[in-house]
Amino acid sequence: MENKVASASKVADASKSKVPLTVEDLWVEYKIERGVVKAVRGVSFELARGESLALIGESGCGKTTLGVALIRLLVKAARIPKGEITYWRGNQGIDVLSLKERELRRFRWRECAMVFQSALNAFNPVLRIWDQILDTSKAHGGMPRQQVRERAMQLLEYVQLDPKRVIDAYPHELSGGMRQRVLLAMSLLLDPQVLILDEPTTALDILTQRTIIDLLRRLKDEIGFAMLFISHDLATAAELADRVATMYAGSIVEVGPVADIFYRPAHPYTLGLIRAVPTVTGEFEKLISIPGAPPDLVAPPPGCKFHPRCPYATERCLAEEPKLEAHYGETHSVACFNVRRVQEDTHDLQERYQRYMGGKTL
Amino acid sequence: MSEYLIEARDLVRMFGSRRERVTAVDGVSFGIREGEVVCLVGESGCGKTTTGKMIAGLLKPTTGQVLYTGKPVWTPRGDKGEDFKKFRLGVQIIHQDPYASLNPSHTIYQILSAPLLHHKLAANTREALDRVIELLTIVGLSPVEDFLYKYPHQLSGGQRQRVSVARALTVNPRFIVADEAVSMVDVSIRVGLLNMMADLKRNLGVTYLFITHDLAVAKFFAWEGRIAVMYVGSIVEFASTPQLINEPLHPYSKALLAAVPEADPELTRHKQRVELRSQDIPSLLALPSGCRFHPRCPYFEPGLCDVKRPALLPLDANRYVACHIAAREAGVQS
Repeated sequence: MENKVASASKVADASKSKVPLTVEDLWVEYKIERGVVKAVRGVSFELARGESLALIGESGCGKTTLGVALIRLLVKAARIPKGEITYWRGNQGIDVLSLKERELRRFRWRECAMVFQSALNAFNPVLRIWDQILDTSKAHGGMPRQQVRERAMQLLEYVQLDPKRVIDAYPHELSGGMRQRVLLAMSLLLDPQVLILDEPTTALDILTQRTIIDLLRRLKDEIGFAMLFISHDLATAAELADRVATMYAGSIVEVGPVADIFYRPAHPYTLGLIRAVPTVTGEFEKLISIPGAPPDLVAPPPGCKFHPRCPYATERCLAEEPKLEAHYGETHSVACFNVRRVQEDTHDLQERYQRYMGGKTL
Repeated sequence: MSEYLIEARDLVRMFGSRRERVTAVDGVSFGIREGEVVCLVGESGCGKTTTGKMIAGLLKPTTGQVLYTGKPVWTPRGDKGEDFKKFRLGVQIIHQDPYASLNPSHTIYQILSAPLLHHKLAANTREALDRVIELLTIVGLSPVEDFLYKYPHQLSGGQRQRVSVARALTVNPRFIVADEAVSMVDVSIRVGLLNMMADLKRNLGVTYLFITHDLAVAKFFAWEGRIAVMYVGSIVEFASTPQLINEPLHPYSKALLAAVPEADPELTRHKQRVELRSQDIPSLLALPSGCRFHPRCPYFEPGLCDVKRPALLPLDANRYVACHIAAREAGVQS
């Protein structure tokens, strides 16, 4: 299956060095008793330097599997039957799927670091923060001890923590927000080009969420690495993303600039998500839920995987799976046969955009 | 008869040993009228679940009283008379985690028929089955036959939560405490669940105390009701939902609304921020003097806020606020 994302290929042509990560037609499967779970099905995208891409979708849509596959930390039961993951440093590409274990360890954290979901479980509870930082540095081919210490202190300060207090603390002595910030600092230790964040603000309180979001925005602007964050939370995507990709049943069904996705979504699932999430300080709106439940990935429905829940579905959707194709210009791609009909139902969202932007249209 | 279906009077709940005690809930009072929806919002550890448990009768207040239809729930000797049974049947709770709150070795039919038979709400198993079918239909689990003899693990999170709601409804409660009832459910399913719960209010006249950390959910569910904002064990603002959302008066409510990320890029990126003086939530073991929010509050006035604890005062017809500054601006003596 060819899933070419229009926007990304354009960036790639401009200069490879500006695109640290390219993913081509990636598939990931899990073998379970009942059969094979196709968790990621033909995903392609590119991530540009200084850009943040949000991967949104519900639990079980394959977004975390995709994130973990990018640094090849998949569990043993998983298999990558097909696909390419390439990290670019200058003009030199690293083919991640062919790396040996030792190379892989050097690659992780130096090229690409991942901040895992649930900041509490990511730490070893019996080790002080400093020991965990040192371990990270050692494992991934780090620097001399003294240098690590200096860098760690700097980074902790950078994420607005008191380095002296935090570095010798045990994880349980820190609050959720503090732990999340320590994880961020640790992920920056070896100066990676790509940072993958899995649900970076989930399970944090509102005011803590705000400090983490502001911090991530600052990191992105000041350090300029590429950020891929995985979230089920549309609000986090609305806050932090330059581009948003919607995932459903293992595939990217829509990808585009953040304003496009929120104000003129072209895929029924994206539109459904937006209609299902209320804003707090915006106008009071009636919400519409998406009927049904996500499909079983062992035996997904034929054709478009969303068709059993889709109000726009036609005969064709049952028979054929739509491909991700450029829609509005080259930057916005969508996998749906009924884009025009979906679009007609987004006028109110487009009007909302115009109101915020003083009459400007998308 | 009391004006309220259920009322909390100066609820206090302490936890811990004699040596080290924390006050999780520190003087919470409010009343909920029949048919009303009240949302309790606040960050983790603010005491909202503890308050909910006390209201639902699952936790005895250290001091203070819960009144159900005007009658005290807890008697001095702790004996549980006829009134307590009425209260127990009238008040139900829906827990947060639909994976932990349903017995994994019972079928849905067993889960739902047990309370019916126990409380003799159904004379025999035939009647119980009819009622279970009716309940499953009410919570939108149809076709019913697909669910009756399934075990919880065979259902999705959203479906399980619907079973939890059905179980709460078995005893025809007048009042339901829903503790983060939709927090663990996926976005696409959440609205359906909320709408279903709102229908119960309309069709069966159920009154809700809806506990959530999610302001967007609170706004949606309680748009015609009221929201109480809790901070470190007490209510700091209690107002009708549109008032609280559009024009919060307590600095903490203001900070929350300014900070909450919104699912709308332009709205969320152009919000007016409220800068707090500190990011640290005070420890329950070392509570600040005076107003508990003063170490973080941007409007802090030394000599006032750190000395005197503000009471929750009515500032206008439908709004209570616990803040010296807000009270002064409204011309109310604090």
